[in-house]
Amino acid sequence: MIRTQRLAAGVCALLAALTAGLAFPAGAVADETTATAPKVDLVLDVSGSMRTKDMDGGTRMAAAKQAFNEVLDATPENVLLGIRTLGANYPGDDRKTGCKDTAQLYPVGPLDRTEAKTAVATLSPTGWTPIGPALLKSADDLDGGTGSKRIVLISDGEDTCAPLDPCEVAREIAAKGIGLTIDTLGLVPNVTMRRQLSCIAEATGGTYTSVEHTDELTDRVNQLVDRAADPVVTPVATEGAASCAKAPTLKSGLYTDRAEFGQERWYRVDVKPGQELRTSVSVAADRTVNPGYGVLLRAVTTHGREIVRGEAAGNGRTDVVSTGLRYPKAESDDEDAPAETVCVQVTHSYSAAAGVKTTPGMPLELTVDLVGGPSQASDVASFGLGRGWWLLGALVLFGFLAGVLWGWLSRWRVAVWRTN
Amino acid sequence: MRITRVSSRALAALGPTAALAAGLLLGPAVAPAVADSTPSASPSGDGSAPTEAGTSFRTATEIDQGRTATASGSAGDYLYWSFPADSGQRPTVKATVKLPKSHTAQTWQVDVYDGLRRRQACQYGAQTRTAAPGTASVELACVLRTVRAWSEPWANDPLPGTYYVRLTALGLTAADLGLPVGAELRVDSADIGGSAAVDGSLAQPLVPGIAVTSGGKKDDSSASAVLSSTEPDDGWSSGWWSDRWVWTAIGAVLAALAGIGGYTLTRGQGRPRHVPPGA
Repeated sequence: MIRTQRLAAGVCALLAALTAGLAFPAGAVADETTATAPKVDLVLDVSGSMRTKDMDGGTRMAAAKQAFNEVLDATPENVLLGIRTLGANYPGDDRKTGCKDTAQLYPVGPLDRTEAKTAVATLSPTGWTPIGPALLKSADDLDGGTGSKRIVLISDGEDTCAPLDPCEVAREIAAKGIGLTIDTLGLVPNVTMRRQLSCIAEATGGTYTSVEHTDELTDRVNQLVDRAADPVVTPVATEGAASCAKAPTLKSGLYTDRAEFGQERWYRVDVKPGQELRTSVSVAADRTVNPGYGVLLRAVTTHGREIVRGEAAGNGRTDVVSTGLRYPKAESDDEDAPAETVCVQVTHSYSAAAGVKTTPGMPLELTVDLVGGPSQASDVASFGLGRGWWLLGALVLFGFLAGVLWGWLSRWRVAVWRTN
Repeated sequence: MRITRVSSRALAALGPTAALAAGLLLGPAVAPAVADSTPSASPSGDGSAPTEAGTSFRTATEIDQGRTATASGSAGDYLYWSFPADSGQRPTVKATVKLPKSHTAQTWQVDVYDGLRRRQACQYGAQTRTAAPGTASVELACVLRTVRAWSEPWANDPLPGTYYVRLTALGLTAADLGLPVGAELRVDSADIGGSAAVDGSLAQPLVPGIAVTSGGKKDDSSASAVLSSTEPDDGWSSGWWSDRWVWTAIGAVLAALAGIGGYTLTRGQGRPRHVPPGA
């Protein structure tokens, strides 16, 4: 009886301690989680053409509103969500004013579902389609924090605000290195619009979807918001040098950089004796490139001798071309043997298609892992063991012969002993 | 009569060794012969299989072998998955793309990359296939080479670790771009066993980011996000096990029995025939 009470008291105390322990850090962590929370900005086209009634019998705007309502309900708690509109306010004909028409409907932050829904309900199709400016502003909305950032652009028409090419805007945003992805959705798209929206998506490693039904729109936006909520490793921005001597020294981790056409990128890694260097690189094609491309990754000593290389080449449509290498550094008898500086060189052989800008460089992703070295093979097979029917046959045969010999010997011995 | 007597005596002499030998003969003796061809697929429990795919190496969705993963996407997306493969396994990647009702001719391709993002060759299987206009689905397959426990750094041999699968459309007309497609992916492995055995092993499997995750930096803010945490159901093999141990042990036992057989054959009744009794 007493024991039971004691046990109960103990459990209570433990529970109390646990709750206190859980409750306290939760408050302290809140700020930190906001800093690392994934951010999503939904950019909605509210231009005049959204009035067209071709989405399951309703207008495109109605479809978008319905989709937004459902998405706002399903948004995961940890996602900071904002909404930006383009072409929502200026109904006039002046191109200059019309092309600046983008506004933040709901600021990026913790989501108040009712408030956000009310804001969406007020929208009515009005003006121009300034995609480029809207993307720039949206990138500003998402600035700050270390979590993943995603823009979901929903549009039904191509950008009407040339010469600012939204595709180039997207590439510049990506080049800022804030780890932003733009996904685009085209409502009832035509050929030019498809090309433009998929170009925007490709420039940032995002996806393009063409939508013809309301439920498709809802599903896809939900999927994209959920994707943003998935935790991913954020790469560290680094800048490779033109030669090994000036190259930054990297530790184990994930890095991003940019490599222009024909440009060499050098990095340094210190490898201790007995360690294995594993590095892989992928260079993304964020713009139209000519078919036929490649990437070369070399590990070189400080004196310029090549240790090992990884190479890859490809042809046709691709998002990345990637390769990797391993370099196990032999164990040293000297315990204080210094780490060897290995120079890692990356070159790619993409070539820009006609009329495509060559700056900024192509996005490059580099992984570096320093792990223990492999244990070298001492024989072709495991521990020099044998295997198979021939082995069994041979063992049995020789075992049998040994037995026969042993038997004969003992017979002979007995016979000799007996005769003596 | 004589043989019975001898074998029982031999067994008594050998004691525990013989018992072990008998056990080995009945048990794993059959294993090496069968192991060569049996696929190690476990029955699929699709309940917890992923329904999403990643869009880059970094965001690849981790899947287990023997499970059918599904994903929805748009034509033109690059869909990425990753799965673990251990030494001695020969993985087969099978992908099915479900195409929309109306579409023009589309070419789809499945590519497999290892943990170092090096492209891995397919031994056989339709890695690239073109779907005629209006076809409902297209099936792709890629049979990889057998994963080795060790290889030279200058070789491109498949090593234990993470493998990435990329599924994408190669040629797309503007009309097909962005249309919704569904994808199914399944990875099964044949266990190749000792015929692919090599000595030596890696200190760590070829899992990207393993140096960061195993370094014990758990307080890092990105602790929840790792580049790859994939691992086979029963963990990575430690590299010392090989079915050669079984073959060698069986061989030793059989050799011992054969030796006893040879000895009994020659020893006769234990007393030379020409020696008179009681001498």
